[in-house]
Amino acid sequence: MTTDVLGARIKRVEDPKLITGKGRYLDDIKLPGMVHLAILRSPYAHANIRSIDTSAARTAPGVVAVFTGSDITYNPLPMAWPAGGASGIQNNINMPRVLATDSVKWTGEGVAAVVAETVAQAQDALELINVDWEPLPAVVDAEKATQPGAPQLHENAPNNVVFEWSVGNKDGTAAAFANAEVIVRQRLVNNRLVPNPMEVRGDIGWYNPGTDEYTIWMSSQTPHIQRLLLAAFVTGIPEHKIRCISPDVGGAFGSKIFCYADMALVMHASKAIGGRPVKWVESRRETFQSTIHGRDHITYVEAAATKDGEVTALRVKTYANLGGRLSTIGPGIPTTLYGRILSGPYKMKNVHCEVTGVYTNTTFVDAYRGAGRPEATYVVERAMDLVADELGIDPAEVRRRNFLPPDSFPYDNPAGLLTAVNGSKIYVDSGNYEPALDKALAMAGYADTAAKKTEAKARGRLLGVGLSTYIEVCGVAPSKWIGAVGEGWGAAMWESSNIKIHLTGKVVVTMGTQPQGQGHETTYAQIISHELGIPMEDIVVQHSDTQGTPFGYGSYGSRTSNVGTGAALKAAAKIREKARRYAAHMLEAAPDDIEVDGANYRVKGSPDKVKTIQEIAFALDLAFDAPEGMEPYLDETAYHDTPNCTFPFGTHVAIVEIDEETGVVALVRYVAVDDVGKKINPMIVDGQLHGGIAQGVGQALWEGAIYSDDGQLLNGSLLDYALPRASWLPAFELDETVTPSPVNPLGVKGVGEAGCIASTAAVANAVIDALSPFGIRHLDMPYTAQKVWGAIQAAKGGQA
Amino acid sequence: MTQLHVVLEVNGEHREVDVEPRRLLVEVIREELNLTGTHIGCDTSQCGACTVHLDGRAVKSCTMLAAQADGSAVTTIEGMGDLGHLHPLQNAFWEQHGLQCGFCTPGMIMAAADLIKNNADPSDTEIRHAIEGNICRCTGYHNIVVAVREAARAMRGGAGTATAPAATAAQA
Repeated sequence: MTTDVLGARIKRVEDPKLITGKGRYLDDIKLPGMVHLAILRSPYAHANIRSIDTSAARTAPGVVAVFTGSDITYNPLPMAWPAGGASGIQNNINMPRVLATDSVKWTGEGVAAVVAETVAQAQDALELINVDWEPLPAVVDAEKATQPGAPQLHENAPNNVVFEWSVGNKDGTAAAFANAEVIVRQRLVNNRLVPNPMEVRGDIGWYNPGTDEYTIWMSSQTPHIQRLLLAAFVTGIPEHKIRCISPDVGGAFGSKIFCYADMALVMHASKAIGGRPVKWVESRRETFQSTIHGRDHITYVEAAATKDGEVTALRVKTYANLGGRLSTIGPGIPTTLYGRILSGPYKMKNVHCEVTGVYTNTTFVDAYRGAGRPEATYVVERAMDLVADELGIDPAEVRRRNFLPPDSFPYDNPAGLLTAVNGSKIYVDSGNYEPALDKALAMAGYADTAAKKTEAKARGRLLGVGLSTYIEVCGVAPSKWIGAVGEGWGAAMWESSNIKIHLTGKVVVTMGTQPQGQGHETTYAQIISHELGIPMEDIVVQHSDTQGTPFGYGSYGSRTSNVGTGAALKAAAKIREKARRYAAHMLEAAPDDIEVDGANYRVKGSPDKVKTIQEIAFALDLAFDAPEGMEPYLDETAYHDTPNCTFPFGTHVAIVEIDEETGVVALVRYVAVDDVGKKINPMIVDGQLHGGIAQGVGQALWEGAIYSDDGQLLNGSLLDYALPRASWLPAFELDETVTPSPVNPLGVKGVGEAGCIASTAAVANAVIDALSPFGIRHLDMPYTAQKVWGAIQAAKGGQA
Repeated sequence: MTQLHVVLEVNGEHREVDVEPRRLLVEVIREELNLTGTHIGCDTSQCGACTVHLDGRAVKSCTMLAAQADGSAVTTIEGMGDLGHLHPLQNAFWEQHGLQCGFCTPGMIMAAADLIKNNADPSDTEIRHAIEGNICRCTGYHNIVVAVREAARAMRGGAGTATAPAATAAQA
């Protein structure tokens, strides 16, 4: 092997343009004749539209066109993931239209659009549109929305129920509770989050009347899927007449997976005005209203345990808030991606989970980083601490007693959590949980916790230590499982890769996956360089354009490193095999006699008889004298479906200090030991963990969308919604264990979401631990100073 | 609509633009001067993605009208360095994996440059406070802090030694 780049901390090839201001994000694109679109959004959370008067807007300066819902013949947006599960499919589907026609279901739903020469003119004209509203009563709380007398959003969804879903062994769980020595119960609110990538969403639609073709630039994680959905479900425009391009994407975290109304709107608008390109870029305030939110569960959890701390059963009832209408895969998140990993790394045999998906007058809820798995981890990790507290056993010890032993794998959950509705199964592929726990406890100085608490108390600080021993499901796939109707998309989830080695020996790799900051161009190049023995600087990795890249499902669910790399490896293997056959021809040897050593293809036993892959590419691409039946060019495409998901795991330890006088919570240390298998680029892996941890800490300490009872988003700007700041966070202390995944040929698992899956629960457990001297056994996130101070005062009052 | 004539020195070049009075400096930088490395990430002056230098000081270019910058010298990320001559901060962000999606990076670098100009050897705590007006959603700030520290060291002429990331809270 001439290169040793796989597993190396290599600087990213993406960075030179980004550090010099030469990136090209959606809003950086200017096209000739381009005009600008702005959307009028509902000021009411629930209202009927009696009429819309756009006459004044149409004659405003610079206005090119005004649209309302009745102008647009496209279908509503598609629902790609109805919920299934043990109780069967019962989905009362209501999807957004491109612009609302008869009613609105949340503040921010689009009702009209203006196209004008400048952004300012479009925004000015919006103020001239007069909508005759009939306000209706609203409901924003998922549990309250299902109660008798609650305002009703949709005729086809009595009591605002989208679906009732369940998973697990109900009878076994009931029996375990009947025989339990100890039972703990708690109501948990998993707070609603606004993903807030630093680049907002936007689209440019361009209809070319000369070709009858549409090009849509979109800040998206899934350009191929959007082309499919826009063609087949929304617009009816043939798929081959649509091209979707994602330029540089400034973060996404799930929020840019989905099919949004604005994508179709810019298509409609560009055609309607004769083919001028139409740009729409949301304001940050719009982000808060019209891009998906995440989480928002109300959960009742019960855990049954023995007096020794063995958890024998978990029973969970969750109300999942899905918003006023559904987003593309909204129902899939609190079902398959949540209920099926509720047992965590633990050997509990009995689990039963019921989920009610609920409409409320709020922004739609869909996949935000972790998507279902952070919510599940929060439930089971809080439950483990509640059991520990109830029994007076150390939380680390409770976890240790419940871990699946390392000889358990592949592990099929006995409660049936991992069996899809069509009977196909996945397994927990690998695990070795205790070494990660031991290492993290040692790093955090866990044994000295009591002394640290005493020392902090002397400073007026309440110190708390919290654990999260999480598992993750990565690499959303395999198709037979996630493709089962009622389990997943009802579609496959493989990935694709094409490799071309051109005449000059330079390599172009095209992928169906779609980065948003993860460094795919670097990591794929490391893999291809390693596999083919070609220097990284001779390899370019391309993506994000439906013209010129193979169809792929995009990047989310930490699937690229498992599924995408599988495709790249297969394509490289095909290249090697074709090169071997042509080398045999060039060297007048049998293909089986050619041995491959990096870039060199040589005849066994004859070290002088050798051709490099660059020489082979030159000859084969020109096809000077290709043997009969061999096609020219080193050009191979591969599709890869993974046989199973991968299951990273680890232990995170958060140490917080609470100012007893003010209730201010400070995260003072954060230790994370993660096992994500083999690493393609450890520097990038660390970066993914850092970012994920920060987002999960944000949920625990600061973030959370707040709606008034009548459905106004009260903290709908970055002035009001607290994203983590540098001065609020400590440096993160990372380490690893390495348990290679048997599922992926490289032994990698995926790391994009692990940080935030683990960290929310770790911080929550630390805060509750710090407050435990007051008899506080639970508080709902986020742990703002006001809330914590209030809880301390209430507890003190109670003691007095 | 009334147009104002604004004269600027941008990245060392003399520029003149006619702008509506209501136009923000960031809009003029991006749309009239085509310097799209300066980004817009919010509408409440919270995120810092639009940070540039105005007469040598870091400012959020969404907080001022272009007309208010008349007669001033503006430096954007494009003026900090190019691939042949990277600014030490640009180089350190690259070396230390101080960016992922890259959207906050130009503003982050401009803010950090202002810090180092006034404090050649900032502590991690000082770095974290200096960039708290700039939001990053990808990195958790960890490697940004490392990058700024390393850049400061390089700009001091390599004096001192690189240290491991601090293990305790910035605010502690």
